Amino acid sequence: MTFTRPKFRHPDLPPNALGYTRRDYEGALSTLCAGCGHDSISNAIIQACYELPLEPHRVVKMSGIGCSSKTPAYFLGRSHGFNSVHGRMPAIATGANMANRDLLYLGVSGDGDTASIGLGQFTHVVRRNLNMVYIVMNNGCYGLTKGQDSATADRGSTSKKGAPNLFESIDLCELAIQLGAGFVARGFSGDKIQLVPLLKAAMSHKGFSLVDVISPCVTFNNTNASTKSYQYVRDHAEATGTLDFIPLRQEITTEYQEGSTQEVPLHDGSVIYLYKGEGARDITNRRAAMDSLESHRVESRIMTGILYFQEGIEDTHEMIKTSQQPLNALQQEDLCPGNAALQQLMEGYR
Amino acid sequence: MSQQAYLFIYPCEITPLKPTDIQDPEYFHKVIDCQYACPAHTPVPEYIRLIADGRYADAYMINWHSNVFPGVLGRICDRPCEPACRRGRVDKDPVAICRLKRVTADFKDDIRARLPKIPSDKNGKKIALIGGGPASLTVAHDLMPLGYQIDLYDEQAAAGGFMRSQVPSFRLPLEVLDEEISYILDMGVTTTFNCRITSLKEFLQKGYDAVFIGTGAPRGRDMPNLPGRREGGASIHVGIEWLAAVSYGHIEEIGTTTLVIGGGNTAMDCCRMARRLGGKDVRVVVRGPRSKMNASPWEIEDALREKIPIMENLTPLEFVVKDGRLIGMHFEKAGGGKEPVFVACDEVLLAVGQQNAFTWIEKDLGLKLKNRWVPVIDEVTLQSTLPQVFFGGDAAFGPRNVITAVALGHRAAISIDLFCRGKDLKDRPGPSVTLSSQKMGVHDWIYDSRVTDEARQHVPTVETVKSIEDRMLEVELGFNKKSGKTEAERCLNCDVQTVFNFKECIECDACVDICPTSCINFLVNGDEEDLRARLSMPAKNTSQALYVSDILKTGRVMVKDENVCLHCGLCAERCPTAAWEMVKCFYACAKAGQ
Repeated sequence: MTFTRPKFRHPDLPPNALGYTRRDYEGALSTLCAGCGHDSISNAIIQACYELPLEPHRVVKMSGIGCSSKTPAYFLGRSHGFNSVHGRMPAIATGANMANRDLLYLGVSGDGDTASIGLGQFTHVVRRNLNMVYIVMNNGCYGLTKGQDSATADRGSTSKKGAPNLFESIDLCELAIQLGAGFVARGFSGDKIQLVPLLKAAMSHKGFSLVDVISPCVTFNNTNASTKSYQYVRDHAEATGTLDFIPLRQEITTEYQEGSTQEVPLHDGSVIYLYKGEGARDITNRRAAMDSLESHRVESRIMTGILYFQEGIEDTHEMIKTSQQPLNALQQEDLCPGNAALQQLMEGYR
Repeated sequence: MSQQAYLFIYPCEITPLKPTDIQDPEYFHKVIDCQYACPAHTPVPEYIRLIADGRYADAYMINWHSNVFPGVLGRICDRPCEPACRRGRVDKDPVAICRLKRVTADFKDDIRARLPKIPSDKNGKKIALIGGGPASLTVAHDLMPLGYQIDLYDEQAAAGGFMRSQVPSFRLPLEVLDEEISYILDMGVTTTFNCRITSLKEFLQKGYDAVFIGTGAPRGRDMPNLPGRREGGASIHVGIEWLAAVSYGHIEEIGTTTLVIGGGNTAMDCCRMARRLGGKDVRVVVRGPRSKMNASPWEIEDALREKIPIMENLTPLEFVVKDGRLIGMHFEKAGGGKEPVFVACDEVLLAVGQQNAFTWIEKDLGLKLKNRWVPVIDEVTLQSTLPQVFFGGDAAFGPRNVITAVALGHRAAISIDLFCRGKDLKDRPGPSVTLSSQKMGVHDWIYDSRVTDEARQHVPTVETVKSIEDRMLEVELGFNKKSGKTEAERCLNCDVQTVFNFKECIECDACVDICPTSCINFLVNGDEEDLRARLSMPAKNTSQALYVSDILKTGRVMVKDENVCLHCGLCAERCPTAAWEMVKCFYACAKAGQ
């Protein structure tokens, strides 16, 4: 077994606009099972950060417990990170975000961490529209404890244990749309052509963005009767439309045929271009998005791509009117404005 | 991959690539850059691994079977393998393959017991070798174990040819040369030294079943028409003749100021030897710019280290002789004024090329010559127009190098053996390829898959002051066991191949994600040019192949650019279904008698 990855990279590998090479976004060598979908997602995250580009030291990785939550060790080795308690990542992310609104918060969680023990935390962080990217590495099982069915396992889906799942599954995307998230997308670890632009768009969205990534567990849940296997997802996935993400200030080089794409501008000037395939939907219509998810579920189809998108929803900071400046940048006079300010405040309560 | 992307219709001008045929022995051979570049195709990674294991004698024998003179070549080889080394494409410097070869010779035990047994019952065929250089010795090396009776003729007092007469002892000690030549001559070769063959016609009367001509390119080019050449004759020498005279002790001193004309490896040997004979001021003069010199970069470095200046862009105009004594030379400066440049000197060595000379081959024999220097021979069989006469080494195609002479020797030996057995010379044995899986445990390999980032190890040398005083003192000390091991571990094991079984692949992307050098891609097939451009890292090095799989379940194919693969085995380690496998490919050239 090799525990180190060779240092050499492709000699032609170019640096990005900030001067970082792809290697600057890599982490330690993964210790997950060979073929784990999570490793592909880690790589998609690396690729997205490299392409955007982001400065590694402006990113915070947050995670809970589980195979998924180990992955922040395997990407962005030069970013901040906090590996928290099981299911409690949203609380920690909220705290960190309140302290410093200037960083990009990348929450990485699994289906167990999010849909079982952390479901309460998840729903409330969505409600509050915390400005973060919440990535669920969704494999429908508890891989770290030998593959029991998780709350996202579809009813009837059968893992390596051999007994079909008896319970109804939780669709995190549907839940997030219902709770008012502004960016909800679903990807597949085996399709980076779609996943990388999805992540880039999510990272550029202001407010809560959920990216639910189906990530097959090769060890426990890649069976013929599982609905989260590589084969099943490939056979049943249907994209809402292939997409391109063009970050702000980047020249648009692709020619888009008039009427063939939906142009979705983001707050920072970036643009998502959605290619309208046959039967493409308007992703900015919440009710249509819910309908669409429902009808796909009935037909046992998996809808991927950006499922719902709404810009301009107030995020937590705006709702509760927090300081514009990160707390660590506040000066003594900001924090302790003196007796006159105190008296003025007190006056307001009289 | 979203469903739409699979619906790909090829434009009519695009022909998708067929799956790579890895059964073709040349496919993996080409991936082993060093071995492929070596004229004798020595299995380089195989012996380098043995060095890392401390198995020097085993490593030596792999070399011996392939290149016959490991100790010699480990010092003086032109090393075409090193510029080809993959490490040079991903790291700064290639593996010091040549000097590692020397390590095998320096640290081996007595290997005589491992040499092939020579049958006491001969097969009744008699072969003559004319010339005792590397090509002829290789023919003997290959044919003696098959029971041939071999007679070797050379005009020198001992075998070795160019390696003995022209390569200075400070680069190649006599003991090393003698040892490796003795392994061959002691097989029972009958030698006739100090014997110059002056007539091939007479020689053929001796009734040999086959005659091999390996007389080299023994004549150094002169500049007979340059003014002053005749008058200054006593102080003007042809480089290779002068080197030979030094090595036989006929010449022991040189003038204070010496000019060496020419920019090849012989010029480098001449100038360094001149320093050792007491030349205080030795300069090399080259016609073109220094960057265009023919000499190997490391030989130029060695000369510079001995404080020998190289004067560039100077074309010789005349030898200036005053009172019957050479006092200097006039040169034309490229891009300079009309006025010739005068450089004072009292001795000149000419190292401006070599050629063969076949004045001893009669015209009416039926052996055709293209001109005085080049015989008409079959490029593959090396057979001349006189069926029983074969050529090899520099005598065949003009001056090259020792490793090429060895390769041609092997080739001639196959031809001679087929000829003597009455077989078709064109129906030649093929290479032998052994594929062996490197799997040892779940994620364990038999080979050391770790890729070190150690820099190329430096070969220590004796102090310049000391080495200049003694022409017999070898300048390079060679690697010790420790630095040899460190250097050996830099080898990327390019002979351990990544073999892809498309039927097992579930397209999880694990290999794509882990590959440090982004070699692996899964995409819709196309023609070669199109595929090369569409890879995640475009494959610009067209000398390296693309490994293309059969069509996978999603309709895509796996395409691997062999160019910068580190052979680290991580793709196979991270593959959940063992679709990737690490397989060692041992490629051995055809041998006589195979």
